[in-house]
Amino acid sequence: MKKYISYFRMWLVMGLQYRAAAFGGIVTQFFWGFMEIAAMHAFHDSNPAAYPMTMEATCSYIWFQQAFIAMLSARIFDSQILDSVRSGNIAYELCRPVSIYSLWFSRSTASRLSAAGLRCIPILAVAVLLPASYRLSAPAGPAQFFFFLLTLALAVLVTVSFIMLIYISGLYTVSSDGIRRMCSSLMDFLTGTYIPLPFFPGKIRQMMELLPFASMQNVPLRVYSGDLAGAEMYRAIFLQIFWLTAMVMIGRQLCRNAERNLMIQGG
Amino acid sequence: MHTDNSNTKRTGALGLYRHYLSILLRSKMQYKKSFFMISLGSFLASFSVFLSVFFMFQRFSHVKGYTFQEVLLCYSIVLMSFSLAEICARGLESFPGMVRRGEFDRVMLRPRSLLLQILGTQLDIERFTRVLQAIVILIYAVTASQVCWTPLRIAAVAFMLIGGCALFSGIFLIQAALSFFFLDGLEFTNIFTFGLNEHGKYPVDIYGKGVLWVLTYLIPFALVQYYPLLYVLGRRQETWHAFLPFAAGLFLIPCYLLWRCGVRHYKSSGS
Repeated sequence: MKKYISYFRMWLVMGLQYRAAAFGGIVTQFFWGFMEIAAMHAFHDSNPAAYPMTMEATCSYIWFQQAFIAMLSARIFDSQILDSVRSGNIAYELCRPVSIYSLWFSRSTASRLSAAGLRCIPILAVAVLLPASYRLSAPAGPAQFFFFLLTLALAVLVTVSFIMLIYISGLYTVSSDGIRRMCSSLMDFLTGTYIPLPFFPGKIRQMMELLPFASMQNVPLRVYSGDLAGAEMYRAIFLQIFWLTAMVMIGRQLCRNAERNLMIQGG
Repeated sequence: MHTDNSNTKRTGALGLYRHYLSILLRSKMQYKKSFFMISLGSFLASFSVFLSVFFMFQRFSHVKGYTFQEVLLCYSIVLMSFSLAEICARGLESFPGMVRRGEFDRVMLRPRSLLLQILGTQLDIERFTRVLQAIVILIYAVTASQVCWTPLRIAAVAFMLIGGCALFSGIFLIQAALSFFFLDGLEFTNIFTFGLNEHGKYPVDIYGKGVLWVLTYLIPFALVQYYPLLYVLGRRQETWHAFLPFAAGLFLIPCYLLWRCGVRHYKSSGS
């Protein structure tokens, strides 16, 4: 365990070096959030009765989504992991007395945390100061805030455990590029990146909520504003833990199988 | 070797470009499975955006007076012009990496147009699935929206497509030109490429007056999307609205000047 923690720390510090890139990201995310909220306002004004959340809940959903995009996004992959599979450098990692799965898991979690850590504070700081209709409001209560942090941590782990499956698919097929793009699009849609899950019609929404994708950003972003609370929230937390365990187990098994049959070409 | 050289010299710009494209296509076809998967992934990406628009309209039925079909008309035109620009201008998009690695030197040494060579480095043909999708949506929107189609309205749609392509290509060119001056932190320019494609699915006036002003006078996106659309939908009667996309075409001039200025300032990063 200790070695994975030190790997984790190493990559965390490494990720914090890219400050200029983070600045560009902050500006983009900020505009993105603004446009999303403006569009939501337009829908809200057109037909307030049909709007399934409060406007404050929507604002905090969108601001946290933008602030934590590096942590929860389905489109961010560790290029070094992908390259190590393609180039065969994975052989060096296989020689070490570490498990590839745990190594990659701690690595992706660390790089996601450091990237988000650099970006989230400026975005959230500005979002708090905006005019009322765009503002990021305070959490629904201390308990909700605690559950927000808990579910956020779980959401990151669930996201990483799913991304891990994509990395592992690279061990089976040489180029995981296609699978990656397909999964990213699917994930973006099913996690509620384009529109939050409450906006989907009843039956479809109920199905989507059972999928592992609903255990990602959907839970913490809605817990914060109190949009997801009570029994429904506990059910969501249970599902998060269930999917995390399931996907880590599947990932480990697939990884072990792949390691047994892995062929390194060239050297 | 000698004959090869003289051969290329004889081919015109268009011939050379076609030659580049055929090389790129043949190299893509070496990995058919990957090509198929990437095409499908690219289709899913824009199809999921379409689905979210669909679900939003199922719930709200209209936004600021625009119906679903009217928004689809707007969405398909923007999607098609962006995808076409992206397929062709993909080389410009990855140009910053070329500057950073010092590969631009090699391009400058060759006695052919710089832009032609850069455009010839990459071709994202996989995104044709988005163009196909846009065509299907456009056909649906044209037939299902209650627009009374006149020749000028049909022309306006074509102008919007052409103007959109020109505008997005211009923005890609600015993106490339900026990489001469800044080595890092250019991610924000994505607001004007992916951002305009993503948020341009709705007529831009739904975002409020401020956004409309910026997109009229700073980045003339509203000239290819909002104003001609109003004419097509019959909300504005003045015919000159239909011709506004040509004004947006003028945007290419400052883009090109910036690019020229950047090329003149270029200092190799070495390698």
